Amino acid sequence: MTTQLTIPQIEQKAVEIRRSIITMLQTAGSGHSAGPLGLADIFAALYFNVLNIRPEEPEWSDRDIFFLSNGHTVPVQYAAMAEAGYFDKSELLTLRKLGSRLQGHPEREKLPGLENTSGPLGSGLSQASGYAYSLQYIDKNPHRFVYVMMGDGELDEGNIWEAAMFAGKYKLSQLVAFVDRNNIQIDGPTEEVMPLENLKAKWESFGWHVIEIDGHNIESIIDACSQARAISYQPTVIICHTIPGKGVNFMEYNYKWHGIPPNAEQAKEALEDLRTLGGTITHEGGGL
Amino acid sequence: MNYLVNPNVLKDDVTLEPIRAGFGRGLKIAGEADKTVVALCADLTESTQMHLFKEAFPERFIEVGIGEQNLVTVASGMARAGKIPFTSSYAAFSPGRNWEQIRTTAALNNQPVKIVGSHAGVSVGPDGATHQMLEDIALMRVLPNMVVIAPGDSLEAERATKLVACNGKPTYLRLAREKTPIISTEESPFEIGKAYVLREGSDVALMGTGTMTYHLLVAAKLLAEKGIEAEVVHVPTIKPLDEAVILASAKKTGRVVTAEEAQAAGGFGSAVSELLTEKLPMPVKRIGMNDRFGESGAPNELMEHFGLSGRKIVETLEQWLKDTPRYHQE
Repeated sequence: MTTQLTIPQIEQKAVEIRRSIITMLQTAGSGHSAGPLGLADIFAALYFNVLNIRPEEPEWSDRDIFFLSNGHTVPVQYAAMAEAGYFDKSELLTLRKLGSRLQGHPEREKLPGLENTSGPLGSGLSQASGYAYSLQYIDKNPHRFVYVMMGDGELDEGNIWEAAMFAGKYKLSQLVAFVDRNNIQIDGPTEEVMPLENLKAKWESFGWHVIEIDGHNIESIIDACSQARAISYQPTVIICHTIPGKGVNFMEYNYKWHGIPPNAEQAKEALEDLRTLGGTITHEGGGL
Repeated sequence: MNYLVNPNVLKDDVTLEPIRAGFGRGLKIAGEADKTVVALCADLTESTQMHLFKEAFPERFIEVGIGEQNLVTVASGMARAGKIPFTSSYAAFSPGRNWEQIRTTAALNNQPVKIVGSHAGVSVGPDGATHQMLEDIALMRVLPNMVVIAPGDSLEAERATKLVACNGKPTYLRLAREKTPIISTEESPFEIGKAYVLREGSDVALMGTGTMTYHLLVAAKLLAEKGIEAEVVHVPTIKPLDEAVILASAKKTGRVVTAEEAQAAGGFGSAVSELLTEKLPMPVKRIGMNDRFGESGAPNELMEHFGLSGRKIVETLEQWLKDTPRYHQE
């Protein structure tokens, strides 16, 4: 980014992203609520600090690469991209509509700025590994980084662990993976559906450097990415502990909001919640 | 352009070579021509003949281990990074096991990932049904953006590989394990999307893909001894189909036989049938595996057993030709 935003400014971007998510999901009438809301802080940090990108030039050849593996959370990416200037925010309201560039699950060819097509879970880490391998061993360009977001439920997929072995074997140090550790998936809590713990030990045993952070702390997210880039002998996974539905009181921690959108009344309440940050402020903030 | 058929193709001492060997040579040549060509293999490097590329360009060869889902999705990421990735395994595993990953990250994502499925068909032999991939043509030809090619011999496989490296599209290349007769020559033409008339005739059109074209040439010779002049059409590209050549031979002969070393349902014969149903309805006989799996045995023995050899095809066709009048369009 040309102008470096302060942490409070990035936090405000996260609030804007959450508001966009609520509005676009309610307008679309279908889609996932909890995951995208829980990821808003990470995406704000990515698009307004971490990623070396040019929204006005999506195919800029020196850019960092971001792959979304859990494609169903794409509303947060669309909202962050619009916020960053890839396209006008008004287009967010076309989400999931016929002819829209904003498909229900991301399609690379539809929207400049998307790096992959995803939805069926488990493939993003491989794609990111392929890109990172290409940078490290074929182009021999150490200045670009490849980031990938995975859901925690997605780690049930065998494809993920094939990729984890691959990235570990080749010590893909330009690869930075995020796990959205929000503990929910469609059928319930992850530890009931298919236990993932000890997650840190699992990744470490595959040859990865593991960082665990509060996925709602912008400073922690930025610091973890910085640490990941500094590690030059293995890939890094950042396990981001997040609250599903974060920012909207009645959605937080409730797995039932995984795969549904708010109706008009619920959206109103959610936006009110976000406007006042859960009642902690009583005036419009941010000054943006 | 006239297709030049190997003049020795029907002789006992015809040169034999595995189709996959041509792929190995072609890939190395493609790698010399273009530095962005990379090769990924799932622990079958020599079987799929990728070892030639690996020896020449070790820095562009990537061993992914026994993980076919990872194989094609890593390739998809490399394609996004501007590379032309060839992935290889046995067809039973890729595209057999990783079809969804191919669908999403190569076809829908429209990246030029090359899926090379070796050891297709019953002629794999003793390994048995698990390893004799028969459903791959059906699986791959229904994918939008995907190109599907089954070369007829090793020379054609070499040419196809070089062309596939430059076609800019996700592509499935179907290869076979066993040594099979060389049907073409160094001078024979090969273009993606083209079908070729190898033998002219007016009584019936025999259309084959991959290894089966040779068996149709044998069948045509045997039919000629019985006074039936068969046209033989070689269709190495199953998608996109060369509609003009297929329709011309169909129109000329009035009845069509298709042959593939794969399930008769959903594959090459189905593709030809779909075309004819819509544009020139006429009798079609599909030769292939009829809703059953293969089994262990010697390759030639299996081809006989399942009615895929030239001699067996003629046995099947004799009655069909008697029962099936030629279709004449007004």
